[in-house]
Amino acid sequence: MAVISSDERTRHLSPSDDAHVVDLEERALARRQRLDKLGTWLLPLIMIALGLIIWDVIVKVNEIPHYILPGPGRVWATLTADWRLMLDALSITLAITGMALLAAVIGGAGLAILFKLLRVIEMSLYPYAVILQVTPIVAIAPLIFIYVEERLIGLLICAWLVAFFPVLSNTTLGLNSVDHNLRDLFKIYRASRWQRLIHLELPSALPYFLGGLRIAGGLALIGAVVAEYVAGTGGIGSGLAFTILEAGYRLNIPRMFAALILIAATGIVIYALSSFVSWLLLHKWHESAVKREQ
Amino acid sequence: MPNIPSAVGPILSLRNVGKVFGGTVTALDDMSLDVHDGDFVSLLGPSGCGKSTALRLIAGLMRPTAGRIVWSDTGRTSTGGQDLGVVFQEPTLMPWATVEDNIWLPMRLAKISKSAVRKEIDEILDVVGLSGFENAYPRELSGGMKMRVSIARAMVTHPKLILMDEPFAALDEITRFKLNNDLLEMKARIGCTVIFVTHSVFESVFLSNRVVVMAARPGRVVQELHIDEPYPRREEFRTSPEYAAHCRAASDALHAAIMNTSAEAA
Ligand SMILES: Nc1ncnc2c1ncn2[C@@H]1O[C@H](COP(=O)(O)OP(=O)(O)OP(=O)(O)O)[C@@H](O)[C@H]1O
Ligand SMILES: [Mg+2]
Repeated sequence: MAVISSDERTRHLSPSDDAHVVDLEERALARRQRLDKLGTWLLPLIMIALGLIIWDVIVKVNEIPHYILPGPGRVWATLTADWRLMLDALSITLAITGMALLAAVIGGAGLAILFKLLRVIEMSLYPYAVILQVTPIVAIAPLIFIYVEERLIGLLICAWLVAFFPVLSNTTLGLNSVDHNLRDLFKIYRASRWQRLIHLELPSALPYFLGGLRIAGGLALIGAVVAEYVAGTGGIGSGLAFTILEAGYRLNIPRMFAALILIAATGIVIYALSSFVSWLLLHKWHESAVKREQ
Repeated sequence: MPNIPSAVGPILSLRNVGKVFGGTVTALDDMSLDVHDGDFVSLLGPSGCGKSTALRLIAGLMRPTAGRIVWSDTGRTSTGGQDLGVVFQEPTLMPWATVEDNIWLPMRLAKISKSAVRKEIDEILDVVGLSGFENAYPRELSGGMKMRVSIARAMVTHPKLILMDEPFAALDEITRFKLNNDLLEMKARIGCTVIFVTHSVFESVFLSNRVVVMAARPGRVVQELHIDEPYPRREEFRTSPEYAAHCRAASDALHAAIMNTSAEAA
């Protein structure tokens, strides 16, 4: 009897019990998601702070002289003390990187579209695009600086050469990965070549193009920095890379670190920006940018 | 060859149509078929018997290597644009466009603004039962709903003929039955003619007034069955003895076609 009654009681209780359990589970899930969100921001910050502290401790405990390894405090001091010089260098590097990226996007995507519209052009020009891509930029750069008088233009060309190929090849891939049934549908509805490009091929290529853009952003910065190393001499229009080079000659290690940090920060900002643009354009419809509930 | 008067004659005739790929693969051999206004014709047959090939020929996506396809009202040899709707096995929607923009596509390509066809779009959304979803993106819809959008896009221009290539093959059975019922209703409301490719005996008998049974290697028509049951057909039709009898006949014809094929292949 006792067994039955307890059984009955549990059965009786079970619906509200279930609701309770579901409630708990849901709350736990919500808490986990909140922690997850917090963690994605907090953890990296904590790790970076930890790295800085360890760096500082190592320098202090081992009494490493600042001309060999400056502590983070000293690097920060250099950064703020030389801020005019640093800002000038940063703005030059930023300008070259930005313009090169812009030119890479226009040139790469434009060429990809031209290739798509006119196979003859693709067949004739693609070899050149590949040759330029596979030849290391440091090998081409000295020639460019001989032929191009204007230093800034030379830097721009170098950065552009490195950045443009991923945009070209990704956009080409995208333009060619149109769903074949959609292509047939456009044919049945008698779409013009232009309509097919605008309403079908370009939207299909967008996610691929944005992937290329993200790669190109990083490469444009690399191209700008490497080109400046090759260009060597300073003067007006010296960017962060030349700052490092010059500081190296003078064994001004803290300044080298300061410039290095600015370059890294620039790279991060470019990556964040291009990721944001990607998200902006894709989050409504593309799987890569869709957040799923687990 | 003289044109058949359109009032009583077929809207579309396939006359001894054949298609050979690469000079060796006979995908379709000597197919003749008259499609009349309001027909629901199913092409039923095993894989590789040329069903999709027949549809692609009719859609004008390829040219036949033998015979002629005649649209009898004008005597022209191809159609397209606003006169034809197509539904593929996959929903084939543009993922970057909303439901209403996907449905707008046929008109958009004919350079008609969305505001000018607002009424047609809303009407067809109602026909396929998707009112309220006009601004959803395809990824937000279930497989069955995506297929409804695809059907809406094919029907929105009120075409004379709609071609459907195994549109429900990838859906679960419950969704498929529901869409079968709804498709007949949609067809009645739009008043179009349908050529429907399927592997399913039950589906073809439920939907069609004519079932064309085909065999493979080479792809050809082996038999045509008439399902002379009145429309509207509702869920009750599925359990009726007439339905069972037609299904048995179609099933026998399909088996004969398959046996025929394997005997020749062996
Ligand atoms: N573009 C093509 N090039 C060469 N052969 C093809 C082509 N398209 C189809 N075929 C061949 O033609 C035959 C008929 O193909 P089809 O796609 O029309 O068959 P189906 O009846 O639609 O088959 P399924 O039910 O599997 O879709 C097959 O043997 C196929 O391999
Ligand atoms: Mg097929």
